[in-house]
Amino acid sequence: MRSFQQKLSEFDARGIRVVAISVDKPEINRGQFQKLGYTFSHLSDPKAEVIRRYDVLHLGAGPKGVDIARPAEFLIDSNGIVRWVNLTENIAVRARPEQVLEAFDALGSAAQ
Amino acid sequence: MKRKWNSSIWVGFVVAIGGLFSYEFFAQFPITRDFPWANLLLFGIGGSLLIFGLFRAFGRPQVYHGKIFAPILTAIALFLFAFFSYEIFYVLRQVPLSAHAPRVGEKALDFILLDQNEKPVGLGDLLSGSRAVALIFYRGFW
Repeated sequence: MRSFQQKLSEFDARGIRVVAISVDKPEINRGQFQKLGYTFSHLSDPKAEVIRRYDVLHLGAGPKGVDIARPAEFLIDSNGIVRWVNLTENIAVRARPEQVLEAFDALGSAAQ
Repeated sequence: MKRKWNSSIWVGFVVAIGGLFSYEFFAQFPITRDFPWANLLLFGIGGSLLIFGLFRAFGRPQVYHGKIFAPILTAIALFLFAFFSYEIFYVLRQVPLSAHAPRVGEKALDFILLDQNEKPVGLGDLLSGSRAVALIFYRGFW
């Protein structure tokens, strides 16, 4: 998350909205994002409904066996089409902002 | 003759413990999180010092202390290393397959969720006025 915040100006310059989703409640996200100085949107999916529909649910992986999201990143274009997906095989290894920016830039050059 | 303190046992033990407990610190940086080489390096240094201490304790017992503590601390360090390896190389890799996650070229599934300001936000809202949306699912629970 912090690496995305650090690169947020590069996302803004390209017109890419950065949005995080987790099962945490809005007030927790608000507090944490304020504390950490993160300025992008954070959506709350406490019942993991959207997480389940995207098939990125990690059953019982949270504290006390709560269902949470596995790390996963999607790049969706302005027509709502998925253009890039990253499904890690290691919880500790997540997409870096540079990867998402590169994927976006590759789309632009492919379209020309 | 008074025997010498076998310092490498204790320094090695502290360094090995550091290899485990520095995980949270090194996990902050992608370069040391994607592969925990910094932690493994600390375990390696700590382990080498412990082995060196073991050899001193048993090889030159008339010079060095440590016949009791060296095996105990080495065993504890080995146990911690085994635990660390199990977590890093097994537990962290138990990620669901997500075989039915939206694929490249497919329409992204719509949703409406509350943002951190309790405002309902849909995928359409995020897409309007922007050229793309980077949707980052993550584990949460800070």
